[in-house]
Amino acid sequence: MKALVSVKRVVDYNVKVSPKDDNSGVNLNNLKMSLNPFCEIAVEEAVRLKEKGVIEEILVVSIGPQEAQEQIRAALAIGADRGILVKVESDIELQPLAVAKCLKKVFDREQPDLILMGKQSIDGDNNQTGQMFAALANLPQGTFASELAVNSNHVTVTREVDGGFQTLRLTLPAVITSDLRLNEPRYASLPSIMQAKKKQIHETTPEELDVDIAPRVSVVSVDFPPERPEGVKVSSVDELLEKLKNEAKVI
Amino acid sequence: MNVLVISEHNNNEIKDSTMHAIAAACELGDSVDLLVAGFNCSVAATNGAKIEGIAKVLLADSEPYENQLAENIAPLIQQIATKYSHILMAATTTGKNIIPRAAALADAQPISDVISIVNKDTFKRPIYAGNVIATIQSHDKIKFMTVRATAFESVLQESSSAAIEVIEESFDSVKSEFIKNDMAPSERPELTSARVIISGGRGMLNEQNFKLLENLADKFGGAVGASRAAVDSGFAPNDMQVGQTGKIVAPDLYIAIGISGAIQHLAGMKESKIIVAINKDPEAPIFKAADYGLVADLFDVIPELDEKLIV
Ligand SMILES: Cc1cc2nc3c(=O)[nH]c(=O)nc-3n(C[C@H](O)[C@H](O)[C@H](O)COP(=O)(O)OP(=O)(O)OC[C@H]3O[C@@H](n4cnc5c(N)ncnc54)[C@H](O)[C@@H]3O)c2cc1C
Ligand SMILES: Nc1ncnc2c1ncn2[C@@H]1O[C@H](COP(=O)(O)O)[C@@H](O)[C@H]1O
Repeated sequence: MKALVSVKRVVDYNVKVSPKDDNSGVNLNNLKMSLNPFCEIAVEEAVRLKEKGVIEEILVVSIGPQEAQEQIRAALAIGADRGILVKVESDIELQPLAVAKCLKKVFDREQPDLILMGKQSIDGDNNQTGQMFAALANLPQGTFASELAVNSNHVTVTREVDGGFQTLRLTLPAVITSDLRLNEPRYASLPSIMQAKKKQIHETTPEELDVDIAPRVSVVSVDFPPERPEGVKVSSVDELLEKLKNEAKVI
Repeated sequence: MNVLVISEHNNNEIKDSTMHAIAAACELGDSVDLLVAGFNCSVAATNGAKIEGIAKVLLADSEPYENQLAENIAPLIQQIATKYSHILMAATTTGKNIIPRAAALADAQPISDVISIVNKDTFKRPIYAGNVIATIQSHDKIKFMTVRATAFESVLQESSSAAIEVIEESFDSVKSEFIKNDMAPSERPELTSARVIISGGRGMLNEQNFKLLENLADKFGGAVGASRAAVDSGFAPNDMQVGQTGKIVAPDLYIAIGISGAIQHLAGMKESKIIVAINKDPEAPIFKAADYGLVADLFDVIPELDEKLIV
């Protein structure tokens, strides 16, 4: 069985971003970039399935600038086998529809049985690409997955939904998007990082895949959210209750 | 503008989150229709027809729609989509599962988590865990979006009744099969509609202690929330997680106990009207977001609150 994992290069989750001076976008200069945490979980899940002998080959795909190679390497270091970079100019704003279309072309060429993605990228917070790719490829989807069981024809997936969990049984090939509690990704060891350098990354472009990546949505402005008025410290439970009653009037 | 709202329901009642999505739809359109797709759900359609602002209910009553699987609902939406300028759903896990799939079928780029409607094609949404707010303009003919329930008021259940139109076609992608739901039973109000939320974090130390928060919540008639660390540590079930990747809440009163205030947590609760933080570390970032901060040990504060609270 073959798995395809789709990974995104994003601003590290510890970084606090700010708008550009002219509010035309987010200031991304010289920020620490990382593998999107949900994608890391997706890679880890594929590697665990390989270790269990369910999957033979793990292919990682990223659509992004040349630098997204670093995130493909990070995935290879966790244990993926080879990479594909769909290269775009670094100043192009990629939107989920365009990413999903690129993935569909890669899917057609590679014919994987299981497609693992993150549920959400932590920059755009879209939570869309997996569902959109699944629609374009006419595949079943198991979004927000917290548990998987794969056999030769099906994957049984437990999903984190409002109110609890939902279990679905999907016919392969199927699309899975990972939630936080699917697994805890390992740290890549030094030898595996070295090994990852030797693994192959194939480069292509949206043009070569015949995909139109023109954005459908344009950014008018990016601003800080309105600030909350500064709060106060109270010194006791009595004072807190008094304020909640008489000042805030919420109890 | 004709706007379509996709409802969530339990075959009888229309869910509260949908009522907020309808309010957003009313801001956008002259005429708002409501899709009720499910199985044996005619009561939900009748109730939907009584909602303020609804011009027409589309009822798709068929077994494949029973569990609102995206694989079956998305083609149904696609089929009726061309009659509408906007297609909305609340930004719940169901909405997030369905809307992008339906949008892709219509070759449209959906817009997630809308918090404000500027005009018919321009919207505001938080990005980077709510660190910044993007104002974006959609150029798609049909705009597919999910809207945050907390950002829009609810509409009323009225007595006047809209027409109900039955959709006969039924889509069944046999590739996805529903096995079961495991819903955490709770007597408390739903997190996303509770007026008061008591949330606990890693500082609660274990599941037993976490139960202390339930007593407090009950005194307020409120709900219990949790940080990711509390959920990951097994103190609380997953659907209690508040934050960037959990629930978005905006109660009148949010009390964060033993929560440090990571940006990912703030993303889910900083629109609350009044925020109280109880933490023993005076430097904890949660205090920057709080209206009232109490630097103290939570194991002293909780019993005292419990004792002194008469609501
Ligand atoms: C991709 C991604 C998504 C995430 N999504 C979410 C999300 O949706 N929601 C979320 O909450 N987090 C999320 N996180 C995690 C987030 O970054 C934090 O790790 C998490 O919120 C921390 O939880 P916490 O505040 O309970 O724990 P900690 O940060 O460990 O804080 C515990 C706090 O308890 C206080 N404390 C301890 N003992 C006591 C005591 N006896 N009395 C009083 N105070 C005490 C401590 O001073 C400390 O401030 C996400 C992270 C990532 C990477
Ligand atoms: N540029 C990209 N390259 C590869 N995968 C992507 C890209 N953008 C999004 N994805 C995948 O889609 C998931 C959800 O992203 P999003 O829909 O942007 O929240 C991510 O976790 C990735 O698995």
